[in-house]
Amino acid sequence: MTSGLRPRGKLGPVVTLAHGGGGRAMHDLIDEVFVRRFGSGGVEDQARIALADVAARGDRLAFSTDSYVVDPLFFPGGDIGRLAVNGTVNDLAVGGATPLALSCAVIIEEGLPIETLHRVAESMQQSAAAAGVAIVTGDTKVVNRGAADKLFITTAGIGVVPRGVNIAVDRARAGDAILVNGYIGDHGATVLNARGDLALDAPLQSDTQPLHTLVQAMLAACPDIHCLRDATRGGLASVLNEFAQACGLALCIDETQLPVRDEVAGVCAILGLDPLYFANEGKLVAIVPAESSSAVLAAMRAHPAGAHAAIIGRVTAQPSALVVMRTRFGGERIVDMLVGEQLPRIC
Amino acid sequence: MKYVDEFQDPTAARALLDRIAELAARLATGRSRPLHLMEVCGGHTHTISKYGIEAMLPKSIELVHGPGCPVCVLPMGRVDDCVALAEQPGVIFTTFGDAMRVPGSKKSLMGARADGADVRMVYSPLDALQLARANPDKQVIFFALGFETTMPSSAFTVLQAQAERVHNFSLFCNHITIVPTIKAVLDSPELMLEGFLGPGHVSMVIGTRPYEFIASRYAKPIVVAGFEPLDILQSIWMLLRQLDEGRCMVENQYSRAVPALGNPQALAAIAQVFELREFFEWRGLGSIDHSGVRLRAAFSAFDAERRFAVPNVRIADPKACQCGEVLKGVIKPWQCKVFGSACTPDTPLGALMVSSEGACAAQYSHGRTRRVGAA
Repeated sequence: MTSGLRPRGKLGPVVTLAHGGGGRAMHDLIDEVFVRRFGSGGVEDQARIALADVAARGDRLAFSTDSYVVDPLFFPGGDIGRLAVNGTVNDLAVGGATPLALSCAVIIEEGLPIETLHRVAESMQQSAAAAGVAIVTGDTKVVNRGAADKLFITTAGIGVVPRGVNIAVDRARAGDAILVNGYIGDHGATVLNARGDLALDAPLQSDTQPLHTLVQAMLAACPDIHCLRDATRGGLASVLNEFAQACGLALCIDETQLPVRDEVAGVCAILGLDPLYFANEGKLVAIVPAESSSAVLAAMRAHPAGAHAAIIGRVTAQPSALVVMRTRFGGERIVDMLVGEQLPRIC
Repeated sequence: MKYVDEFQDPTAARALLDRIAELAARLATGRSRPLHLMEVCGGHTHTISKYGIEAMLPKSIELVHGPGCPVCVLPMGRVDDCVALAEQPGVIFTTFGDAMRVPGSKKSLMGARADGADVRMVYSPLDALQLARANPDKQVIFFALGFETTMPSSAFTVLQAQAERVHNFSLFCNHITIVPTIKAVLDSPELMLEGFLGPGHVSMVIGTRPYEFIASRYAKPIVVAGFEPLDILQSIWMLLRQLDEGRCMVENQYSRAVPALGNPQALAAIAQVFELREFFEWRGLGSIDHSGVRLRAAFSAFDAERRFAVPNVRIADPKACQCGEVLKGVIKPWQCKVFGSACTPDTPLGALMVSSEGACAAQYSHGRTRRVGAA
């Protein structure tokens, strides 16, 4: 809300090495940019979380971390700050955990406009509030120009897994249904387009969004969800392959059932890329018992983060440990893991 | 998507497949082995594997993936030359993305970048020219690669650089020509091909006339084909129809994009900027006469080979690789000794395993079910 309205005041127009030096300038930076927004801080070096609060919510602690290096920092539908919050929230969510608290460590390249840092921090605060998590601790480093590119963020998060929830990568069984919560590839196509190399005029938007309340709605419909994972880098294809390899079964998907926006399909057609490998920042893949599939689908579609959810395929016994796609054209092919980089620095 | 979905319609596909099956059955009587049809172009290989077309065809038809993937036929020595150029001080080396991972004798361009060379991926030679304008204190080299498809854009970029006097831009020219390559395949003593799917994109530039010799001298039918899955099926049906009727002709399935005489402006630019080399070295196929082009002397100011020290050392293909036999259709990718074991998309020995248009990578990534099912 206040983005762009803060007085530059004592921080100056850009981040300098002095802001990482441990002295007054660093103190001011952390205070002005982060502490005031996140409301964390206090006088101790670490956040302290009461065990009783944690224990009341479940029987296992979930703990996850991720780094964010996306280029550009701002793109349609989101920015690095929103990714850094939603990404780690989602890593916790797909284990069935209720996210509680995040840390936020930033590495800033000298010369970054203070204004940019304010915008990113504001976005993190708004995203955390929307997801119902607190950013409770953090760290700030400034490095020489060229030693990092603009801004890198690492978040770690803790959450609690409720008793009885048992989601694991190897629990798929033959006959299970495979579901996805909406259009795939939006984030990858958006960031690629936002880099401006392609000069394509397409109305694309990143799909970055928190998924934990969607997961809770799905668990309410079917407490025995077998597998759940967010499809980020490497796209839907990578998650499906991870499942197939972990359970040793075949994941058979139907191309006609895959939700892909026309704009994304168009970008892919022009560049010879495949939306199955495009990064997402608000999509998950679920494997659920066949008898629960309609209930889970209905629960997903009733949630804003799952309005375009679809059943995209089934688990079968053969061929083992492979992902097979029935193509729109009527043929059949393997969907393999991504080799090398399709696009660097996508998240 | 409009103008795309029409060419991927499964109902039309089934109708074509029925007609293909009927002709294939008739042609199979009295034959001891399947009909071998070669798709020359890597773009076709990609479509065939992406849509699972091989598995839809009758067993009496086998598709052989030909040499029309420029990255796949790049010899190791040429990759070493690229690395040597990229590692010279003050150079920005620009390349299409799929050439980044092709192994050289010591490293790929991606390896060179990791070691500190300034190697950048571009989508067009004009992007490289723009980099040269933006970095006047650097030498920007564009790795010009590909058949007649990409030659016009390289030629126009050189002409543009000349007109603007951009003196820090040059081309490392590795363009190759399609006709001598098809001829080399046809002259191979192990030849077991009944017909060709001709390359659609190349033909947009050169037209269909240059293929006449295939029909007249070698008595093989060829159908110039488009890149959507229905294009491929229709072209296969057209080839079978020629075989069934005992005809050998150049036919054009891709007439919505390919005029018989090609693109005169593109051909004129190519002729203005490039001249034939006496021979060019190919991975797996050896040296082929008149199969590559270089910049004419009038453009030597833009020729990286003339401006920089290029090692130009010939490196033999790795012994274990059978890329040449795969390229000529003598063996199938999975019949190669190292396919899927020493040579995989993660650790490619041969270039056919690198590009998604390479016969081996396509087979490895998309086609294993057929054989898994059969095993």
